[in-house]
Amino acid sequence: MKTDLSKRAMRAERAVVTRHELLYGEYRVLQMHVPAVARAVQPGQFVHLEIPGLDDAILRRPFSVFKADDAMLSVLYKPVGKGTRAMTSIRVDDEISLIGPLGHGFPTSHDVAKPVLVAGGYGMAALYLVACALKSSGTIFMGGRSAGDILCVDEFEAIDWDVRIATEDGSRGTRGFVTVALDEYVAGLPDAREVEYFACGPNAMLKAVCDRALANDQKAWLSVDRHMGCGVGACLVCVQRIRDPESRNGDWHWERVCSEGPVFESREIVWDDDE
Amino acid sequence: MSEPAPDLRVKLGALELSNPVMVASGTFGYGPEYANLVDIDRLGALVVKGIRMQPTTGNSTPRAVEVASGMINAIGLPGPGVEGFIETYIPFLETHTVPVIVNIWGCTIEEYGEVAARLDQVDRVDALELNVSCPNIKQGSTMFGTHPEMVEQVVRHVRERTRKTIIPKLAPNVADVPRFAQICEGAGADAISLINSVPAMAIDIETRRPMLANTTGGLTGPAIHPIAVKQVWEAAGAVSIPVIGMGGIVSAKEAIEFMIAGATAVAVGTANFSDPTVSLDVIDGIAEYLSRHGMRSVNELIGSIDLRKG
Repeated sequence: MKTDLSKRAMRAERAVVTRHELLYGEYRVLQMHVPAVARAVQPGQFVHLEIPGLDDAILRRPFSVFKADDAMLSVLYKPVGKGTRAMTSIRVDDEISLIGPLGHGFPTSHDVAKPVLVAGGYGMAALYLVACALKSSGTIFMGGRSAGDILCVDEFEAIDWDVRIATEDGSRGTRGFVTVALDEYVAGLPDAREVEYFACGPNAMLKAVCDRALANDQKAWLSVDRHMGCGVGACLVCVQRIRDPESRNGDWHWERVCSEGPVFESREIVWDDDE
Repeated sequence: MSEPAPDLRVKLGALELSNPVMVASGTFGYGPEYANLVDIDRLGALVVKGIRMQPTTGNSTPRAVEVASGMINAIGLPGPGVEGFIETYIPFLETHTVPVIVNIWGCTIEEYGEVAARLDQVDRVDALELNVSCPNIKQGSTMFGTHPEMVEQVVRHVRERTRKTIIPKLAPNVADVPRFAQICEGAGADAISLINSVPAMAIDIETRRPMLANTTGGLTGPAIHPIAVKQVWEAAGAVSIPVIGMGGIVSAKEAIEFMIAGATAVAVGTANFSDPTVSLDVIDGIAEYLSRHGMRSVNELIGSIDLRKG
């Protein structure tokens, strides 16, 4: 394992809830006062929350960081499963146990000729800090089932990003998967190789971005989603197949999404057959 | 005048622990994973994840699923192999003082012996836990753990290869746990630990596919605690060597329950994933309990179950 785990900035904190409300449709923002973690967050990192009132569910729940400043950290979520439904009863001033920041996020300090963000679902929130950190603005492609799944458009426009929207039912933006809009955009560029992708969303979407990056000789940084246990590198539940760099015959090894990931470059990833 | 703090020291064979609370193999990595969250030197002992001779890749994903009051895992014992472990993790462990117990496994009796002989040369390793009971390894350990003759041969073979404390870890899915405990004692074990995870399965009813890539796995967490208490109680009554109780500890209460049933030490497992410092709380909780009950040493608690009727 390439990560020196004993040199991480992560810590366990009691985070105090300062804001918890509907933000877009069914999506809620949960903002917490947790300065030591908020200050250390890098774009693409996540936090592991102990959700109060989860009864017989024993594991923490991982969340990408939406916004972070010197004191506050916020996450965006939609109540869909047991954990996120229980989250809706969290109230302002409640204390939540939080471990973070965790994982290796997106690289943002290098020069990127044409940054392109590709986001699905909560990925739109997770990429906001990436957009803030990159040296120059670019284009973000947002995909969702319908208009209600398109988040954070104002946030990205406020920092001069070109927002392109696609919905499967056509209720907002281009009809179809986000890749339809993306392909049109890339086809219109004088040099497609200048594009560098930063993507977060369902694995099927990441795989589609990965395929395009390989076909067009582009770089793509993909934030992979896997079931997680401990979040800190101990349980080895959230592993991803990663290509052996020197191998010519397809050899691979497992890396931990929570520790070496969640962000990997497209050429590193070996996808499962059903992805 | 306040009473002096109760004495928490316990002995496992020649190994003395400052307190009876360890972290269970597979739930705490090799130490560095939790080192920035937990003062690991306060632990009674650190039991690292299972090691065999060669590096092992482990199972495909999904490797775990959360179920009511627990989780089912089929990780498949991935690991760096014994040389990889020594090279990568012993330098880190040398910067700490916590007793180190290495969980070892193999696909043959000889392999258990080879790993034991190699680790016998490593001063930083205090004891070996013999995994004869992992439910997720198809051709190796499950077979050993459910066959009395095989368990006896593994323990005897390892005993011949090391002078370090050896602790066979028993399977819960056998008809007669006390018999296995006695076999281990007779073959030269210094202590025994139990229980390993309980063979289990979960199915997605929409797709009708198993929730785990390995189809079946091992259940851990609070769901298995009462099963473990019974087996620890039976085992402790059958042998005179120390018993280490584990299975579903989430607070001092479950640890104290194991000790009343006869466990000399305990190991916290799955609870580490949600609360990394839970083991330290368990240590403090045991000390508080002893003070509250007027006990000066944790040894007064071990096996103190009251079986009188009414």
